[in-house]
Amino acid sequence: MGSRASSLLRDEEIEEIKKETGFSHSQITRLYSRFTSLDKGENGTLSREDFQRIPELAINPLGDRIINAFFPEGEDQVNFRGFMRTLAHFRPIEDNEKSKDQNGPEPLNSRSNKLHFAFQLYDLDKDDKISRDELLQVLRMMVGVNISDEQLGSIADRTIQEADQDGDSAISFTEFVKVLEKVDVEQKMSIRFLH
Amino acid sequence: MQPPTGPALASAPESPPGADPGSPLLRWQWREVQAPCLVAGWILVASLAKIVFQLSRKVTSVVPESCLLILLGLGLGGIVLAIAKRAEYQLEPSMFFLFLLPPIVLDSGYFMPSRLFFDNLGAILTYAVIGTLWNSFATGAALWGVKQAGLMDEGVDAGLMDFLLFGSLISAVDPVAVLAVFEEVHINETLFIIVFGESLLNDAVTVVLYKVFNSFVEMGPAHVQATDYLKGVASFFVVSLGGAAVGLLFAFLLALITRFTKRVRIIEPLFVFLLAYMAYLSAEMVSLSSILAVTFCGICCKKYVEANISRKSRTTVKYTMKTLASSSETVIFMFLGISAVDTSKWAWDTALVLGTLLFILLFRAVGVILQTWVLNRFRLTPLDRIDQVVMSYGGLRGAVAFALVILLDGAKVRAKDYFVATTIVVVFFTVLVQGLTIKPLVKWLKVKRSDHHKPTLNEELHEHAFDHILAAVEDVVGHHGYRYWRDRWEQFDKRYLSQLLMRKSAYRLKDEIWDVYCKLNIRDAISFVDQGGHVLSASRLTLPSMPSRTSMSESSVTNLLRESGSGACLDLQVIDTVRSRRDKEDAVMHHVLCGSLYKPRRRYKASYSRHFISPSTQERQDKEIFQQNMKRRLETFKSTKHNVCSAKSKARLKKDGRKKQKKSAANAELPNGKPPRSVTWQQTAAVLVAVDSDDEESDSSETEKEDDEGIVFIARATDAILQGKKASGSLDVCPSPRIIPPSPTSAERELPWKGDQGDLAVYISSETTKIVPVDMQSAWKQSISSLESVTSPPGAEPGPHAKPLAGPAPEERQMMPEQRTCFQFPNPLLRSSRPQSTGSPERTEQPELQPLMAPDEHGRMSTSAGPSSSRWLIQFNRPARFSEG
Repeated sequence: MGSRASSLLRDEEIEEIKKETGFSHSQITRLYSRFTSLDKGENGTLSREDFQRIPELAINPLGDRIINAFFPEGEDQVNFRGFMRTLAHFRPIEDNEKSKDQNGPEPLNSRSNKLHFAFQLYDLDKDDKISRDELLQVLRMMVGVNISDEQLGSIADRTIQEADQDGDSAISFTEFVKVLEKVDVEQKMSIRFLH
Repeated sequence: MQPPTGPALASAPESPPGADPGSPLLRWQWREVQAPCLVAGWILVASLAKIVFQLSRKVTSVVPESCLLILLGLGLGGIVLAIAKRAEYQLEPSMFFLFLLPPIVLDSGYFMPSRLFFDNLGAILTYAVIGTLWNSFATGAALWGVKQAGLMDEGVDAGLMDFLLFGSLISAVDPVAVLAVFEEVHINETLFIIVFGESLLNDAVTVVLYKVFNSFVEMGPAHVQATDYLKGVASFFVVSLGGAAVGLLFAFLLALITRFTKRVRIIEPLFVFLLAYMAYLSAEMVSLSSILAVTFCGICCKKYVEANISRKSRTTVKYTMKTLASSSETVIFMFLGISAVDTSKWAWDTALVLGTLLFILLFRAVGVILQTWVLNRFRLTPLDRIDQVVMSYGGLRGAVAFALVILLDGAKVRAKDYFVATTIVVVFFTVLVQGLTIKPLVKWLKVKRSDHHKPTLNEELHEHAFDHILAAVEDVVGHHGYRYWRDRWEQFDKRYLSQLLMRKSAYRLKDEIWDVYCKLNIRDAISFVDQGGHVLSASRLTLPSMPSRTSMSESSVTNLLRESGSGACLDLQVIDTVRSRRDKEDAVMHHVLCGSLYKPRRRYKASYSRHFISPSTQERQDKEIFQQNMKRRLETFKSTKHNVCSAKSKARLKKDGRKKQKKSAANAELPNGKPPRSVTWQQTAAVLVAVDSDDEESDSSETEKEDDEGIVFIARATDAILQGKKASGSLDVCPSPRIIPPSPTSAERELPWKGDQGDLAVYISSETTKIVPVDMQSAWKQSISSLESVTSPPGAEPGPHAKPLAGPAPEERQMMPEQRTCFQFPNPLLRSSRPQSTGSPERTEQPELQPLMAPDEHGRMSTSAGPSSSRWLIQFNRPARFSEG
């Protein structure tokens, strides 16, 4: 299967993806085969329906949000490059990466990029702020049905109050980062990609 | 057997030494109390020693407490030896395994950060199983090699099996020692959980190896057959999995039991300890790994137990567990020291001792490095060099090894004395030397420390989101990792297990984010109170914000809890006080109300109960204040309308008033010897309805007692009424004390005759809860107007006075008339349900009233009472019905 996938994938393309995302050659081919198996339309891109067909994703409370995160603004198709770019956020940070790349572009799996990925799941209207409503929506998805709206509201209030520094009753990205500064985001937002 | 020194402390408070044999007054009964007295005495000594150690911060910051305790033990043992000429006390293996070890293991299992534990379970199991196997075989074989090389004394009469046996007991990392040392070091959680988890889980390996080799030694190496090796391997799986299974079984039972302890709150904590101990003993009984059993019991039951038991029980469990574990640990280390003095068991062989020390350090390091190298290929965050050093160096040996070596049969294992001596040296070396140096080492290597910060709501929330994100990404990538299974487990747990093992009330509110929110609230509240919430005085209160307060205060946890029952983890009183800046205002308001509206009345609750803890006075006062407000509002409302309350019913009331008062003495502080109780409005109603039925009254009061909540304002009313009559003259108002609906109490659910009104009651109370602050103003207005227009027809007056809120109290109290008069609305439904208990003539009088009242009432309602009128009507109806009995 791997050979089929790599045959469909041009070498220079792999190189570019490698450079952009930091995935290894074997990881890219492995993920490409996954990509093609998800691609039921066989047109080289994935649609929302393709994602929604993944059974576990359907029951994930944040599933829809995460699917959306794969799609660039306003589009409903994502190609392999885009697919990999999103996945690259979850690549663990390796030791040798910590030191190098001081001046180069920030790698996709940097701490702040990981955080930004999470942030944009909340921030629906892309105004770089999590408003109370946006927070409530996510809360509603995540907590059990038994928590009343009032309770959710008080949780949201408190959450914002805790994070809010400039008093605008919303969480900006800087505030978001600040609030999570003690969390081991590098580890908690990474998964192991098989080689 | 007279105890020489230590126990002297314990026997000190007894009778004078020269008890006269002829005198029957005092008799020396040391023999009878000896055993418990010794135990208590030793624990006392150890605990006192702890106090002394903690006196000097300088010492304890450098030297771990375990070291100090061992040294103390050495000293005490030396004294005992010097006086008694022989070692009296030592760590008995049976005592250690049956009494001292379980509390420590339970404590560590119960408070094990389960998420962290399961996240690292792979690594922990690897180190615990493979690491321990490697250590024992390598150490045993290497020692045997040393022996073969002729470096050891001839006296060490041991073959390969003996050395392997020794290796198995000496190579296991000891949970007690690890915990004692690492707790003071504060390394990062991952590292800690790996070392500590390993020390707990390797018990299975140790037990199996120890037993297998022990039997091999006893059989004699010549008789060991291939099947015995196979049996050994099989028994490993049986012992470890069986132990874990026993633990899970008892965890399940425990969770199930605590689901039904609502009526016996006071013994809730006991179940936790009993079942965990039963798990330990059961596992021990069938020779499974008892440590594994208790560990898993603790880890697995915690979630459900914590959700089920009350908050006070939770605190009790926590403290009792910590106390037991801490004292066990203290005693263990002290006795280790004392036991070491007993030289009769020593047989020193330098080569053996040094060889063992060298090998355990060397093989531990080698094992850790090799395993980590393999593990790192699978780990998201690899364990780096520094971690490996700490892990190798943190492999402390302790009391388990010592107890096991004491247990050896000297007749079969001929080198036992050598082994004992070596074990003692190894334990002392690891605890003293390694324990002392690990802290500087950690500092020097700059090991990542754990930063102890309290979890914030944001962190909790976003980490949850991270989990979901990662699970989704794994799904997209199509690689089912650990997260996938965790997700699966959580779903299973939510759908089946939690429903089965949690109370309904707890299950409904069970959510981690919500839990954190509640905890934060409590913490805030406590810190607020600590910082001097009392400083806020009435003078600083600003009322203007009052109307705008409503939205926030409504969503307060307290109200939510009132609605959702008592299952949640919050203390009403605590939450009432403060949560945020905005709520400080609430607190201020609260204090003002406390001060000016409520005159705390001494309620000498002369009851003593072994089975229930009475709610704190503060809590009760809060309820009373709230209910008084409600009552006042309703009362004034009525008074404006019905100051014409009949003189007829006055007479009626006087007639059976005495009887009734006795009945309702539940509430009254009458000097009738009956201890005043808290009474809910429902119960009051019940009492009044059942005027002639003593049985019913006692029934209801029993129900009431169980729930231990309620209101107590009726007696107040009567007191005030007596004065009020004189002051306010002709104002006749229906006594409304018993109409006030507080929050829906459990009595509502408990009292069967209330069942038909359940919906109504809930509706009223939840609504009224929310309108208090605003409505009190209107109540005030109404009361004023009623004063002004005592004789004028009701419903005609406006309420023009906007007065400070704190004002109304005195006047209103005065307005309450003495007479317990009554009226009734033409409500066929209510009348049809009228109880048959009364045969009094008043019954006939009642209907006469109605035509008089009814039009009035309706007119009033339609004109002035606004949107809430219907509700008020309903409430108003109630007392009428109740008091008609």
